[in-house]
Amino acid sequence: MTTMAQVTNATGMHEPSYALHVEDLTASYSGSAVLWDVDLNVPPGVLAAIVGPNGAGKSTLLKCVIGAVRPAAGHVYVFGRPYRRQRHRVAYVPQRTSVDWDFPTTALDVVTMGLYGRLGWLRQPRRRETDEALEALAMVGMDAYGERQISQLSGGQQQRVFLARALVQDADLYLMDEPFAGVDATTERAIVELLKDLRGRGKTVVAVHHDLQTVSTYFDWLALLNVRLIAQGPVREVYTAEHLRAAYGPRVVLLNAGAEQPGSAAAAPAAVDAGERRAPPLD
Amino acid sequence: MNVLQAWLDQPGVTIVLVGTLVGVAASLLGTFLVLRRESMLSDAISHSVLLGIVVVYLLTGTLDTPLHVVGAALAGLATVWLTDVLVRSRRVKSDAAIGLVFPALFAVAVLLINLYARDVHLDTDAVLLGEIAFAWLDVVRVGALEVARSLVTMLVVTLVNLAFVVLLYKELKLATFDPQLAAALGLRPALLGYALLGLVSVSAVGAFDAVGAILFVAFVIVPPTAAYLLTDRLWRMLTLGCLIAVGSSLGGYAFARAYDVSIGGAMASATGVFLLLALLLGKHGVLARAWRRRSPTAPPFAELGAEGRP
Repeated sequence: MTTMAQVTNATGMHEPSYALHVEDLTASYSGSAVLWDVDLNVPPGVLAAIVGPNGAGKSTLLKCVIGAVRPAAGHVYVFGRPYRRQRHRVAYVPQRTSVDWDFPTTALDVVTMGLYGRLGWLRQPRRRETDEALEALAMVGMDAYGERQISQLSGGQQQRVFLARALVQDADLYLMDEPFAGVDATTERAIVELLKDLRGRGKTVVAVHHDLQTVSTYFDWLALLNVRLIAQGPVREVYTAEHLRAAYGPRVVLLNAGAEQPGSAAAAPAAVDAGERRAPPLD
Repeated sequence: MNVLQAWLDQPGVTIVLVGTLVGVAASLLGTFLVLRRESMLSDAISHSVLLGIVVVYLLTGTLDTPLHVVGAALAGLATVWLTDVLVRSRRVKSDAAIGLVFPALFAVAVLLINLYARDVHLDTDAVLLGEIAFAWLDVVRVGALEVARSLVTMLVVTLVNLAFVVLLYKELKLATFDPQLAAALGLRPALLGYALLGLVSVSAVGAFDAVGAILFVAFVIVPPTAAYLLTDRLWRMLTLGCLIAVGSSLGGYAFARAYDVSIGGAMASATGVFLLLALLLGKHGVLARAWRRRSPTAPPFAELGAEGRP
């Protein structure tokens, strides 16, 4: 364990070489631990997936990063500084089901909300903000739906609106909570393209993901979580039967024994918990 | 000035103006409570503010102090906080938590009145029902004018609420729609929530004397709910809620005069009439839904079956 003095350099930055650095993070809800002593290091420029069973603390981890959940212990650093000093560099996409889509507002207005942080207190969005929001809507193929009330959009379209709201922030680190949950195949492909485009522009994405089958095709960096951090690193090193069993328990069904060998992730071994597949996680 | 004074001297004018101001002040805040699905907190708050008023009376020995507003706001926030604590224990659902907290605080207030303040003008009937018909009797001087005290109070309260909603429109909208993003952007949704409910408490006290808790709660919940059925834009919901509140005050007063019934009761009932109309005729109302179901060839958003461009 390095001490603060060793890793904090002269500029007051802490582990600045990581896009996201989580240190000894512990969080609990009403007494029971949801996250236990998690250390996580996400290098810049990767598409990182946080994967684990229901109740593993995946969403809570993201919420601790943005300060929506107060951790019992531990620290979070974004590009070497505490989150509250890096807000403008982080875009957060909550779970689609976490908001009320019957809210009286339009798709364009929801995207504009991404700019509220930059606007700051009391200032209302103007023409410039609306134009930027329209541009972001166009990036997810939704510019024709800007004036539509949000409950009149399909699940996939709602997810795209949420992604456009993150894009409009023009951040360096994108935190996404289950971006593929409940979307149609077309939207899923569109989101994958979007993620690759972000990586191409040097951005970092950290996404909570629940589909083990697509992890190694969609992402290049993986953190396996089950309250404790099981493993983290490049997908092909972390995506092994041993690690998956450690995360999901012995019930995890490995459809392809090739997963036993590290480095064979390209063979796309499907490690699937049967119960998990029937009831997709909603945590 | 004399013309204005003559106009204000008519009891009907004062009654309708007070009703209108209470209605506008309440439905401005109520819009956000309804959207946060916390509208019953207004019921809880409007009861438990009595405790704040009683405690301030027992401490200062007078009812005639602006400290009541502070006491009432604190009691209102205590209600919200205690409800929060119960909900966070994960043993009690939020509706049950509200139902546990405010009767307890209200009961303590009633006990304190009965034990120590029996002879004071603080009777529980007036707290619940108020008496808007007598609003014009208690006047104060404002410049050269004699104006009903509750009219002045409610004018101030309404202006404060209006400023709050207009200046913090975008913050309130985001904190209501997506508190997690609001927190991530540093826009303090929890603080804003307490500010909103603090203003509900202050408005409840202001409204209290004139119209009582029940009409206040009706104005908080019913006009925004009716407006919600009529539109799918937030600013229109706010505007329509205020218009419905104004219409209910006018209509309720006219009805009460014509049929010689309780003015406050008639105003509350009028909000219900607007809700019924919105429920039947609004764009999200019963008839519109039935019509949409019966004509599957022409649903308003037929093209949504197909996905947007990838």
